Amino acid sequence: MPTLDNNMMRAIIMDHYEHPHHKELKDDNKYQKIHMDSESCIDDIYVQVFVENNVIKDLRFDGVACAISTASTSIMTDLLLNKSLDEAKEIIKNYFNMLYEKEYDEDLLEEANALKNTSKQANRIKCACLGWIGLAELIKDK
Amino acid sequence: MSFNVKKIRKDFPLLNAKHTLAYFDNSATTFKPLQVVKAVDDYYLNFPSNIHRGEYDLSHNADERYEEARNIVADFINAKKEEIAFTSGTTESLNFIAYGLGKVFLKEGDEIIISTSEHASNILPWYRLQEDLKIKVKLVPLDSKGRITLKNVIKTITEKTKVISLAHVSNVLGYILPLKEIVEYAHKFNIIVVADAAQSVPHMKVDVKDLDVDFLAFSGHKMLGPTGIGVMYGKKELMNKIPPLLLGGGMNTRFDKEGNYTFKESPEKFEAGTPPIAQAIGLGEAIKYIQKIGFAEIQQHIGTLRKKLIKNLTKIEGLKIYNPNAESGIVTINYKNVFAQDIATFFNVKGVAVRSGQHCAKILNDFLMAPGTVRISIYIYNTKEEIEQLIKACQEGDNYLDAYFR
Repeated sequence: MPTLDNNMMRAIIMDHYEHPHHKELKDDNKYQKIHMDSESCIDDIYVQVFVENNVIKDLRFDGVACAISTASTSIMTDLLLNKSLDEAKEIIKNYFNMLYEKEYDEDLLEEANALKNTSKQANRIKCACLGWIGLAELIKDK
Repeated sequence: MSFNVKKIRKDFPLLNAKHTLAYFDNSATTFKPLQVVKAVDDYYLNFPSNIHRGEYDLSHNADERYEEARNIVADFINAKKEEIAFTSGTTESLNFIAYGLGKVFLKEGDEIIISTSEHASNILPWYRLQEDLKIKVKLVPLDSKGRITLKNVIKTITEKTKVISLAHVSNVLGYILPLKEIVEYAHKFNIIVVADAAQSVPHMKVDVKDLDVDFLAFSGHKMLGPTGIGVMYGKKELMNKIPPLLLGGGMNTRFDKEGNYTFKESPEKFEAGTPPIAQAIGLGEAIKYIQKIGFAEIQQHIGTLRKKLIKNLTKIEGLKIYNPNAESGIVTINYKNVFAQDIATFFNVKGVAVRSGQHCAKILNDFLMAPGTVRISIYIYNTKEEIEQLIKACQEGDNYLDAYFR
C-alpha cells in the first residue's frame, strides 16, 4: 500500500465516518460483546466479535461516537475480519504503537494508517483507541 | 464607568499574549483578572496564617480579610452576613443544602421538584436522598423552547411537594428561570425553593431578598474569582435549622468524653476545617471588580456580542441554534450531523475554545434530540473580533477534519 497523503487519509476517515462498515450488532449468542464508553466524552459504543477456530469470523460495532472513534472502529472491522487471533493481536499492537508514536509496521495497518495524525491531537487518541481497546479486551484470553 | 473592553482585557495577561485564543467557555470557568490574582498572592505572601487565631496580628489580619470577603458577598446578593457560608463551590453548596434538608425537613413520601435541564450537582444529591429517604424526585417538563415555566412548575407541584430546586440560569440553554414568581407561588404551600445560581450570579444582579428564595448556591471561579470557593446562601432561620454535613474544627462550640457535642451558629457551622481563605479573599476582589463595571454594562456588552453572533450563525446552512432567544451569554449549537466534539476540536485549531458534550446535564438529551452540543459562552472580555473569528470557524464547519491534518 502506498504511503497515504493527507487528502487520502482525510477521505478514508470521512468515508468510514459517514458510511461506517459493519455498524450493526447481531442478536446471536455465538457473539461476544463489550460496551465501551468514555468517561471524559460522550462516545458510547458496543463492539461485537465472533471467533471460531482462532479466527475472527465476524466483527461489528454500533453506537454513538465522534468521527475519529467511528472511523477507527469501522476500519478495524474491515482490517481484522478473517484474521487469526495472533495476527489480530499483532495488528492491534502496531496500531497502538502508531498512535503513541512508537515504532510500528505500517504495512500491517492498511487503511488504519489514516489515523496516524491523531497523535498530534493528544486528547483524541482515546477516540481512535476506543473500539480497538474493546476488541483487544474481548480476545485477550483467547 | 463606561464600558471599555480594551481596558478590561489589560487586566487579563493571557488575553494580551501574542497567540491569543478566543475563549468562549466562560460558563465552565472564567479567566481571572490581575486584581484577583494579586489579592490571593497578598494573602499567601503577606499574612498566610489561619483564621480564628486572633492572639497574633498576622492571624487577626487573615480573620479580618476573610470576614470582609463575607461582607462583600452578603452585600452583593443583599443577604445578611450570617446567611453566607463559604464552600468549595456550587456543588458543595448544593450537597450541603440537600443533606441538611434531608435531615430535618424530609420524610418518606415527600416530593422534590427539579428539571431535566439541571446540572449533575443539582440532580445527584437529590437522587441520593430519594434512595436514602424514599422521597420522590419529580422533573418539571420543559416547554417547546426548553424553558422552565411557572405554569409547568405549578403543574408538577402536589400536596407532597416539599422542595423545588432549579437552576436560576440553565447551563446548557441559558434561559433565565422565573425564580421570583416560582418562589412566590411555592411559599403559599410552604415549599422551600433552592436556586442553583452558578450561571446567574456572574451575569445579573441577584437580590435574595427581592427573590425571597430560601437557598442559593454559586461559585467563585465562574465570575472571575479563584477555583475552590463558592457560596451557600440560606435564610437565617433555615441556616440555623439545617445541620452541617461536615463536622470538625472551627464549627463546634464544645464536645466531651461522653460524646456530647454542639455546633456554632451559621455560617461557622458550615465551615468545618481551615476554609479556603485566599480563595474567599480572591472572590471578594472579583465581586468588587464586577461591581466596578456594573451589571448594566456587562449585560449590554454580552448582549451585543450575542446578537451579532446569532445574526451571523442563522445564515449558515445546516447550523442549528437551540436557544436563539436565551437571555444570557450562552449559545448552544450543532452543525449538520457532525459530532459536537469534532466541531469543538476543529474550533480549537481555529483558535477558538468552546465546550462540547452534555455539559453535565445528561438527562437533557432527549429534549435536544442530539447526543451532545457545542456550547459557546460569552463574558465581559470577549470582543467583536473574537465573535467574528468564531463565526468564520462556524462557516468552515465542513472542514472539521482539518484538526487532524495540519
